[in-house]
Amino acid sequence: MKCGSNLEKVILSGQPAVTAELGPPMSADPHEVIKKAQILKGFCDAANITDCQTAVVRISSIAAAVLALREGLEPVMQMTCRDRNRIAMQADLLGAAALGLKNCLCLAGDHQKFSAAGRLKGHPGAKNVYDVDTCQLVGILKKMRDEGLQEGGDKLEVAPKYFIGASWTPMGDPLDFRPMNLMKKVNSGADFIQTQGIYDIELFRSQMEKIRNMGLHERTAILGGIIVPKSAMMLKYMDSSVAGVSVPKALIDRMAKAKAAAGEDKKKAKELQEQEGLKITVELIHQVLETPGVKGVHIQAIEWETAIEGIVKAAGLYPRPTFPVE
Amino acid sequence: MIVGTQKPIDEIWSMVRDSKRVLVFGCNTCVAICHAGGEKEAETIATLLRMRASQEGKDMEVNYLSVMRHCEPEYFEPVMDEVKTYDLILSTACGVGVNFLADRTGTIPVYPGINTSFYGAVQQPGDFTELCGGCGNCILHLTGGICPIVRCSKSLMNGPCGGTKNGKCEVSDEVDCAWFLIVERMKQLGTLEKLAEVLPPRNWSPSTHGGPRRIVIEHLREIEQQEEKKG
Ligand code: SF4
Ligand code: SF4
Repeated sequence: MKCGSNLEKVILSGQPAVTAELGPPMSADPHEVIKKAQILKGFCDAANITDCQTAVVRISSIAAAVLALREGLEPVMQMTCRDRNRIAMQADLLGAAALGLKNCLCLAGDHQKFSAAGRLKGHPGAKNVYDVDTCQLVGILKKMRDEGLQEGGDKLEVAPKYFIGASWTPMGDPLDFRPMNLMKKVNSGADFIQTQGIYDIELFRSQMEKIRNMGLHERTAILGGIIVPKSAMMLKYMDSSVAGVSVPKALIDRMAKAKAAAGEDKKKAKELQEQEGLKITVELIHQVLETPGVKGVHIQAIEWETAIEGIVKAAGLYPRPTFPVE
Repeated sequence: MIVGTQKPIDEIWSMVRDSKRVLVFGCNTCVAICHAGGEKEAETIATLLRMRASQEGKDMEVNYLSVMRHCEPEYFEPVMDEVKTYDLILSTACGVGVNFLADRTGTIPVYPGINTSFYGAVQQPGDFTELCGGCGNCILHLTGGICPIVRCSKSLMNGPCGGTKNGKCEVSDEVDCAWFLIVERMKQLGTLEKLAEVLPPRNWSPSTHGGPRRIVIEHLREIEQQEEKKG
């Protein structure tokens, strides 16, 4: 065992792992984090705490992760390469470990120009850092954990023990490079991988076949990404505008049909689409988990955390495994 | 070449408005090619400033001058006596030229007439793109001749982020994703496998993060010193 986190234990046990996502608020109020943690607790093995996602200032990932931990929800602290240099990253990694955090997901981070896809002001004029990239950050975590050394070579008296994660966009451009992209993250030391949202199961499976041929599925735990769809509009938006996500027309049509069934009734249209979205989600979870080489699912119910309980139960993934406290 | 763009005339005016004798001083190399600060542009700026001065009832004399380069002293030394008769110099050279001249004009201020932007090339007439960031440790042999440091919006060293879409970068549909280009180019070269190697964290100190940079070529300095002795 590398760090003894709950997520690592579930994965080692061979049962399909379930992670969810908790987005911290743009506010100094801890209650939203606490509330979301209570909603998710018991229905996932760990929840990602996003790190100023969409390049918008929010409660920091570390602070929100500690709030979640206090509620009994195991966090996966996310760390982007956008906002910190290697000095700040390692300082935060030591601090977060000292506070009891055990999982860390490394990612490049949305560019500061993103500003919630233009919905918020954000800080498009900010200076970014990108001192290191995702592979390099993964390597830094591994060096700290396994060699007890900082990136610069100085010794750590007590090494932080993290279960190291990285994101992967299996269906992003350039498609034929994506397997190599994953290999580099695994070679750098990624213990687990969470993928970008999957709707096009055929394409995902063909990418996974390449991953199996490379033997990568045995060297890292791949959790397939599921983004819970709420409406036909959201699916269309994701298909056209979200990088690395393509949505088959059949799914969009299904949602459009659910919407049409409500006629002019807007409230009903929302309800029917949400119901259909949950159905689609459960189907996708099964299809992803049936794909050889996949060790779990990462379910993102964006600003809809309350949906997770029903999804996990309907997918037959409840109750979540528990382990005796050491 | 160094690419820049002319500053808005209002901003220039705010720098010079209180001076009596202003010299707009152009540079005829890089910034002339990108139509930002060569002799022609210096002349135009001088004309605009004269018009503005007369509109605002200011008693201001504005002239222009240009030399081939602002980054080596021999080019502007012949005109230094004249330059020093002005009470403000608006240099339309790149930032290097402005700095370099400012070190040599004593009590006369040298202000920038252009925004120096990047090292770039002329893709097609009127289209200049950034291709190098002067990082001090070139790795183009590892990336198919395409610079990930300035052509990737996140300076990623080990492959694309998740934001690539249809070959474009997540920051804009107008910006090519450097990593998309790198992968395509390496495929063409038959060297894609080279990208499998993980590049470790970089030493950024030869770049702009190690303090001001200086390169001294000893033998050139020695020759120069000998010539000086002889002379
Ligand atoms: S790697 Fe460095 S020196 Fe080479 S092109 Fe890029 S910025 Fe310029
Ligand atoms: S989309 Fe491409 S160029 Fe833009 S940040 Fe990502 S890898 Fe770099």
